[in-house]
Amino acid sequence: MTRETYQKNLREIQDEVLVMGSMIEKALERSMQALRERDLDLAKKILEDDKNINNKRLEIEQRAMDLLCTQAPMASDLRVLIAVLNIITDLERMGDHAAGNAKIAIMIGNEPPLKPLIDLPRMNEKTITMLHDSLDAFINHDADAARKIVPEDDEIDHLYDQVFRELLTFMMEDPRTITRATRLIWAAHNLERTSDRVTNICERVVFMVTGILEDLNVSTY
Amino acid sequence: MAVKIQIRDLNFFYGPAQALKSINMDIYENKITALIGPSGCGKTTLLRLMNRMSDLVPDTRVEGQVLIDGQDIFEKSVDVVNLRKKVGMVFQQPNPFPKTIFENVAYGPRMLGTNDKQALSKIVEESLKKAALWDEVKEMLNKSGMTLSGGQQQRLCIARVLAVNPQIILMDEPCSALDPISTLKIEELMMDLKKEYTVIIVTHNMQQAARVSDYTGFMLLGELVEYAVTREIFNVPKDKRCEDYITGRFG
Repeated sequence: MTRETYQKNLREIQDEVLVMGSMIEKALERSMQALRERDLDLAKKILEDDKNINNKRLEIEQRAMDLLCTQAPMASDLRVLIAVLNIITDLERMGDHAAGNAKIAIMIGNEPPLKPLIDLPRMNEKTITMLHDSLDAFINHDADAARKIVPEDDEIDHLYDQVFRELLTFMMEDPRTITRATRLIWAAHNLERTSDRVTNICERVVFMVTGILEDLNVSTY
Repeated sequence: MAVKIQIRDLNFFYGPAQALKSINMDIYENKITALIGPSGCGKTTLLRLMNRMSDLVPDTRVEGQVLIDGQDIFEKSVDVVNLRKKVGMVFQQPNPFPKTIFENVAYGPRMLGTNDKQALSKIVEESLKKAALWDEVKEMLNKSGMTLSGGQQQRLCIARVLAVNPQIILMDEPCSALDPISTLKIEELMMDLKKEYTVIIVTHNMQQAARVSDYTGFMLLGELVEYAVTREIFNVPKDKRCEDYITGRFG
């Protein structure tokens, strides 16, 4: 006897995590677009879509719970489900950070731009790449690939530093920019937190494959 | 942590068929060790060798050693009755004697020479208490053991084993004929018993092995494929065959 239905369910849950991951990637892309292009309609749409992300998380959690209580998974199967439960929590929070940036776009509204956004889109792009790679590592059960992603968070931390220092300069030179600059710092902070969540996912992938729980990320923040 | 049983290069044959292949295993004192694996993997054969129940099967042959407290149980000088007193066994089907509850428990000590009524009463009470059955049967010790429920009968059989003051208790699927509540009572009892005894259990129920045992051995086709702390076997088994069995991918 092999447990085909159970194995199929286990695979489907992992596929659903990828679906949720692509919803997050899309939310991240669009929130940066909303900030950069001052697209308030798009920002509102992101806030609407965040509800779908939250629902997706609950749906996956429920499916994982069903398998846990009906199939008593063991060993690597159990680790997959534990990893999934952790990863969807991180993804859901990443969705909240994207929604946070959409809210910042709405707050900024039609205020005159402080400066063209350069480092923020870079941080965003890098974060999306890291997220994408971490989910590849997850679906391929590749601990080595997951480990390699973690140091990339340093680049995000570095960009965050850069954004912070630059905006600080703006504020010191002209206090009238404080409100606008602070909002951009919040946006950068949201991205910094998002990439930290990616490293959490990497830790869970390593755990899923090896059974070892370890703290891989020594983030500056 | 003291090793109670050392199994060394153990081979066992039913006629020409080899049922156990080069088993090496240390079983720890005051721990519960579970043997798991598919039907026919040799786990019951291995269990039954530990008190030489295998002697009762004709046309069998043993190679290697089973050392209990350093003494090889297959040596000619070993008295099998004493061995089985030291290494008790509980079977799949509860098998009380068609006697009173009292006599079921008193039977072993009586056979071993205790005839004093007061001493026997004390042994019966202590054994039934240790088997977590005393409170349920203390008012009906003269009733037949056969009138008890399946779970109670199994605990009566455990009391019968305890009455002869063993050091090791072998359990061959002790809960497979019991309902979930009785099963949990036996499992709780096992946790109590390990404080005083070394317990080895054969089970098909992997959840049971995961719940009660400290060490688990996975057997396949007569081999001990993997043997480790239970938490490791069920979290991160090292052998692919063990992983496949535990996760139900075993064809």
